[in-house]
Amino acid sequence: MHIAIIGNGISGITTARWVRKLSNHKITVISSETEHFFSRTALMYIYMGHMRFKETKPYEDYFWEKNRIDLVYNHVDDIDFKGKSLTMKSGPAIKYDKLVLALGSATNKFGWPGQDLNKVAGLYSYDDVENMEKHTPGLQRAVIVGGGLIGIEMAEMFRSRDIPVTMLVRESSYWNNVLPEEESAMISRHIKSHHIDLRLAEELESIEDDGQGNACAVKMKNSGERMECGYVGLTAGVHPNVRWLKETELNVERGIVVDNHLETNIKDVYAVGDCAQLATPKPGRRNIEAIWYAGRMMGETAAYNICEKPIEYDPGVWFNSAKFLDIEYQVYGEVPGKLPEHLTTIYWEHPDGEKAIRINYHSDSKKVAGFNLMGIRFRHEVCEKWIKDGTSLKVVLENLNLANFDPEFYDTYEEMIRKSFAQQSGIQYQVKSKRLMDRVTAFLKG
Amino acid sequence: MSNYIDKSLSIANPNPHNLGLTERLAILVGLLGLTIAGLHAGGYSFFSTGTTFTVSFSLMGLGILWYTIQYYGSKQAGIKNDGVWFSSLASRGVIGWILGIVITGFYVLLYWHPEILGMGKDGGANGGIISLFDPLSEIFHGKPASQWFMYGTMYTFAIFFFGIKFIYKYRHNKYQIIRTLSVMFFQLFLAYLIPEILSGLNGGFDGKWFDMDLKNQWPLDYDFAQKWHIDNMLSAGTIGWFFFIWSLLLVFVVSPFLTYKYGKRWYCSWVCGCGGLAETAGDPWRHLSDKSMTAWKIERWMIHAVLLFSFVMTIAVIYSYLGDGAQYSLTRNGFTIIMIILLLILAAAYAFLQKKNKDGNQNKIYLASGSAILIAVLLGINWAFGSGNAYFLGGETFKGVYGFYIGALFSGVIGVGFYPLMGSRVWCRFGCPMAAILGLQQKLFSKFRITTNGGQCISCGNCSTYCEMGIDVRSYAQKGQNIVRASCVGCGICSAVCPRGVLRLENGSEDIFSKTDDYKTIHISDEGVKIDLLA
Ligand SMILES: Cc1cc2nc3c(=O)[nH]c(=O)nc-3n(C[C@H](O)[C@H](O)[C@H](O)COP(=O)(O)OP(=O)(O)OC[C@H]3O[C@@H](n4cnc5c(N)ncnc54)[C@H](O)[C@@H]3O)c2cc1C
Ligand code: SF4
Ligand code: SF4
Repeated sequence: MHIAIIGNGISGITTARWVRKLSNHKITVISSETEHFFSRTALMYIYMGHMRFKETKPYEDYFWEKNRIDLVYNHVDDIDFKGKSLTMKSGPAIKYDKLVLALGSATNKFGWPGQDLNKVAGLYSYDDVENMEKHTPGLQRAVIVGGGLIGIEMAEMFRSRDIPVTMLVRESSYWNNVLPEEESAMISRHIKSHHIDLRLAEELESIEDDGQGNACAVKMKNSGERMECGYVGLTAGVHPNVRWLKETELNVERGIVVDNHLETNIKDVYAVGDCAQLATPKPGRRNIEAIWYAGRMMGETAAYNICEKPIEYDPGVWFNSAKFLDIEYQVYGEVPGKLPEHLTTIYWEHPDGEKAIRINYHSDSKKVAGFNLMGIRFRHEVCEKWIKDGTSLKVVLENLNLANFDPEFYDTYEEMIRKSFAQQSGIQYQVKSKRLMDRVTAFLKG
Repeated sequence: MSNYIDKSLSIANPNPHNLGLTERLAILVGLLGLTIAGLHAGGYSFFSTGTTFTVSFSLMGLGILWYTIQYYGSKQAGIKNDGVWFSSLASRGVIGWILGIVITGFYVLLYWHPEILGMGKDGGANGGIISLFDPLSEIFHGKPASQWFMYGTMYTFAIFFFGIKFIYKYRHNKYQIIRTLSVMFFQLFLAYLIPEILSGLNGGFDGKWFDMDLKNQWPLDYDFAQKWHIDNMLSAGTIGWFFFIWSLLLVFVVSPFLTYKYGKRWYCSWVCGCGGLAETAGDPWRHLSDKSMTAWKIERWMIHAVLLFSFVMTIAVIYSYLGDGAQYSLTRNGFTIIMIILLLILAAAYAFLQKKNKDGNQNKIYLASGSAILIAVLLGINWAFGSGNAYFLGGETFKGVYGFYIGALFSGVIGVGFYPLMGSRVWCRFGCPMAAILGLQQKLFSKFRITTNGGQCISCGNCSTYCEMGIDVRSYAQKGQNIVRASCVGCGICSAVCPRGVLRLENGSEDIFSKTDDYKTIHISDEGVKIDLLA
């Protein structure tokens, strides 16, 4: 059987690797972005000089041949679902028995005047980084439109080369549609402390053409201010990269609609990663989760289904992480920007304003629901187990050290945290476990 | 896809912040100190030797400190790898190559032509750069410097000042701060001040020098079992006996115990001088270590071959002097029997531990036990034929070859000279027999491992890139697997640079023989999902 996979990102590659583990099928992975799989999440580090492109490739180049995964560096122009064949930009068509669509995302553009000028681009693909590099010499200022995870990465990239950056963020505080108020305020402060000109509650009106087809300034909507700049970064989110499939028999809404086995409305055609839209997502989860981890888990799930070992997609307890300049962020479970009715929250922030722990729990049953960590690392497995098992807040507080994943010798702020959480929750408790590996192992295995 | 141009070769560094005006001034101050020392070596001295020494080294230290404060102080605490791959010095650009050649050249002179560095011939007065260290040597020993005194002083200076730089660079990371203070302490006191002072106080033991560095141990200290070294030790009274017994304890008891508890890091990145230099002065080049599977394969063959070589060499050396008269209570016969028994015990212990480990490997058992048995059998045959030389070659022959190729060429010339070309741990990774032994212990019976935090890895590659030992950390982390590698020196940098908080160095006794188990991997199903290292 021939499995063709369009897209060599994390979801497509994970599918390929697992199909190989589970079967002897012929596997072809097609991409027009780069010849080999690289880590999209590491794009920023190439520009910042932490890594070269080579270092961002998770597998050495020999890996693919050794595992009999054929790579095709080409673009798929069209799909003939009936004839099970892919029309390529160059060369003959590729026939398949089963097809996996792992097409990824594309940068959002909201119809701003000037959005297609030179020196205006998002940050998604390898080409986008090359484009930034190309326009960096002599760059006096960059304006970044949109403050999400990618926006702040782009700002950090330019700042690493001392290029002044202005960031236009529609919200009243950085990323407060996702981060609770205090964390959002912390990151807003941190952004400013890195000398980034953060404009909150501000939007892009238009981008000005210098007469040669290059962007030379932006106009802001609310203040009406005009700001000269040599580069405009568009980072107001992404959408599934599926426009070219909208007119086909494939069921496409915002993304490619898939069932719980990640199969589309067409038999033998699957979709995974950023481009997939779940018909029935788990309660409390979005139908498109454009993150690395979802792509990885979907790839594994799809491979099982392709190899006739049917399993349903189950992303487990929500988790994610990011790094805002110097502040690391991790989240486990339910910690939305706006606290829902059924949850209560307790929040401790270190006096230095760069570390925080938030725990959400069910108001009635006092079972923990989620953790938000700023500048402190927590153990994934421990948090997940607590949430899955519906552990009570008191037990979690007593054993909070089990979750601490900071390097050895780091302060655990035990007493400070205990006082604060006891006061907020009204639960008097004593710290029971130390931060010992053996305790953790016993807890997880037990 | 066009290829990213190699910016380490371009004149215009795209990272302007790398070097501001003040940073340049600070570098100039350091270079001025270096120039004064250089002029002295060339015979141009403006002050007395003592003053020249003080002025030039103060300027160098000052330059490093000023640069550190200026460069890192102007930024917030955090990971500081901006522009690393664009830097000519740090990424094999022209400056990196020049520096590599200069250091390599210096080592060649140090080992084989000290007279070019100014070493006085046949007790004659020193000239050149070595004479610069005479006043300091007079204070310690009451006699002019040797090339080794100069080397030790420079080495300690480098670890100390670049250690401060490293600490400031990682000032947000307590593990790095404490670890670096530790290597600075061990170098300054145990490797340098205490031995220099002790030998000064004891009048140099009438020229019968022996190693008084409490942390130096066989087989890194390959001279330990030499006749002259043992003789010098045993003739130095209590203090000599103390060092002799301590050295044996260190190898057979202290070291395995600490490695069991904390992994080989207790030595390699907390105590050892070679490691100390690599972690401090060598830090700018840590990312240059080769991460490929091929490099790993070469590494495993090479480092274990050196270990074997040092073992054979030591046996041969001891064997060849044991026969000389009744000076030692140990006879050749006794020694042969002890060695054969020891080798068999080691082989059996190795096989036992491999079996006990969940990811143990049968081929490795054959290979290691085979080698041990081969050495034992050869030793036995040799003894049966009554040859005066172990392995039919003289101990001196072995020692000579080992000393030249491993002791000098590998650990010195290549080990440090190639910092700017192959990264800071070439010796530790490919050549050090000590690292090989500790590595085996770490792999087979240590509590140490690097834990991967569930499913949080984004495969970015920072950990692998900045692992000085060339371990592809990411290949484990992205599968949710713990990292258990013989070569890991526990520097903790992978954990520090990971932008997602995925890695933690830890010690645990619950699962010593199943550290790579995947019970905690975040997977979609339990059904037959296993991780395979090579998949
Ligand atoms: C800068 C940045 C930082 C990020 N950081 C994080 C993070 O820290 N954590 C996190 O969880 N997520 C992060 N993400 C999101 C994460 O990278 C994505 O969710 C993930 O890479 C999506 O993987 P994918 O396999 O679905 O798609 P992609 O990686 O986009 O792969 C799709 C591939 O298919 C190719 N393709 C599409 N159509 C065709 C065609 N017709 N013919 C040939 N090839 C085609 C594309 O060129 C592309 O190479 C980040 C994203 C960006 C851009
Ligand atoms: S794996 Fe990590 S701790 Fe071990 S040597 Fe490499 S960087 Fe250091
Ligand atoms: S462990 Fe951390 S540094 Fe290493 S690849 Fe994963 S996310 Fe990156």
